[in-house]
Amino acid sequence: MTNTINIFKKELKGYFVSPVAYIVISIFLILTGWFFFSSFFLYGQAELRSFFSLLPIMFSFIIPAITMRLFSEEFNTGSYELLFTMPVSSLNIIVGKFLAATAFITIMLLPTLFYGVFISFLGDLDWGPVTGGYIGAILMGAAFTAIGLFASSLTRNQIIAFITGMSFCFVLTLIDKMLFFLPESALNVFQYLGADFHFQNISKGIIDSRDLLYFLSVCFVMLYSTKLAIEERK
Amino acid sequence: MIRIDNLAKYYGDTRAVDGISFEIKKGEILGLLGPNGAGKTTTLRILTCYSRPTSGNITVKDYNIYEHSLEIKRLVGYLPESAPLYPDMLVYDYLKFVADVRELNKTVADPRLKELAAMCAITEVMHRPINELSKGYKQRVGLAHAMMSDPEILVLDEPTSGLDPNQIVEIRDIIKTIGREKTVVLSTHILSEAEATCDRIVIINKGKIAADGSTEELKKEAVSDYVINVSLQHSDFDGVKKILETIPEVSGTVLVNSGNGAMDFYMTCSGNRDIRPDIYEIIKNNNWPLLELHRETRTLETIFRELTKEG
Repeated sequence: MTNTINIFKKELKGYFVSPVAYIVISIFLILTGWFFFSSFFLYGQAELRSFFSLLPIMFSFIIPAITMRLFSEEFNTGSYELLFTMPVSSLNIIVGKFLAATAFITIMLLPTLFYGVFISFLGDLDWGPVTGGYIGAILMGAAFTAIGLFASSLTRNQIIAFITGMSFCFVLTLIDKMLFFLPESALNVFQYLGADFHFQNISKGIIDSRDLLYFLSVCFVMLYSTKLAIEERK
Repeated sequence: MIRIDNLAKYYGDTRAVDGISFEIKKGEILGLLGPNGAGKTTTLRILTCYSRPTSGNITVKDYNIYEHSLEIKRLVGYLPESAPLYPDMLVYDYLKFVADVRELNKTVADPRLKELAAMCAITEVMHRPINELSKGYKQRVGLAHAMMSDPEILVLDEPTSGLDPNQIVEIRDIIKTIGREKTVVLSTHILSEAEATCDRIVIINKGKIAADGSTEELKKEAVSDYVINVSLQHSDFDGVKKILETIPEVSGTVLVNSGNGAMDFYMTCSGNRDIRPDIYEIIKNNNWPLLELHRETRTLETIFRELTKEG
């Protein structure tokens, strides 16, 4: 447990010592701000719904970029050998890295709280869906982080890790938009698999255990696969 | 202390390590010597629980690598080849991280960091990012990493590769100082290095043990076999060979080159008696004009070359 925290601290600090973190956060804020406010004044509604509906697609690009280095860079520089021969288990390493990246995403979302504050001055903002939206965003962020972490554990090349992670997240985001290609009997299954579907449920302000279970199980399956991928390298 | 049992590791069809067994006693400095690709790094990686063997076992104290890898990792400090440290971190931050992971509490960690910084002479680079350090400094930071928790066993993979001669001497001194109390296992492909630092040398080649013994033992073995080089102003090699091989110690005579009525050859001999007077006697009686006669003691170097040469 202590070692999970040690790794968490090191990884989180690692994000902020290089300029990459600031660049990623800036890009995220500029893009979401741009897309959100470009239509916000046209609708004239005091709500954050269009911001939250942007997040799944935005996360599909941004999160794999945040997670791609987590293992690939270590494999590439060889630092993994040092890390793994210290008294830490692979679970400590995986969970530490996963929590660090999830925390980073939470930090990245923090400045967008100002959107809510700003809008509440303009009109009567309903904080229920907003709270739900942020809880959903963090859950979806965690699930995509787990996917990105798994992609990173497969290769020493960060670009490949990024593309693999992004494709995976992209499929999960878009799968429930593509339902008309699928046979009717499979619709429910595929809809249930879609990350966007569950996220939109939560961001309406309804926290349903099915949606929570979905994100947690994506995290679990991906982290477990990461563990298998790491053990396989031994 | 450490017991390696019939260890084997295959990468696909390549056998990196092929049935190695030996024991390492407490307080020993053991050198794992072999040419590049002999299986040294693989052996050390298995010992440090970084990779798993295909078959065989290693036990450290009462722990084995399959069930007690965390316990073994606690006992072992490891410096991988060329010290692959986190490039973006500051030296101090990195060592602090290692101290945390090694579960040194704050009151112990700070003095320990200072002590290691002084011991490895890295005090002046403590606040620089690792990727700005020269290779020698990186290696020393790696050494500090390995020694952080004052481990009972220190495993060093090519600790002096890529360093300049002064740095090599410094690192060797550090290793010797540590070796007074700790068990040290180091790998190298440089013989003089093993000779200078180790109590015992295990030579491995193509994944198998080729020789195992203390430096003295290996040298003694080396001296009991020797080579005598002879040049004569004479052209009948077969005749000379026949007569010289009547000396019982001579086990073979090989022509090196001949021409202009002269020839060079060497004789491989065994035993402790010096047979040069006998050879001279024969040459004198046959009236062969002698150009050169000298004895070449087999050094560790020649043994190493013979044991590890191709084919």
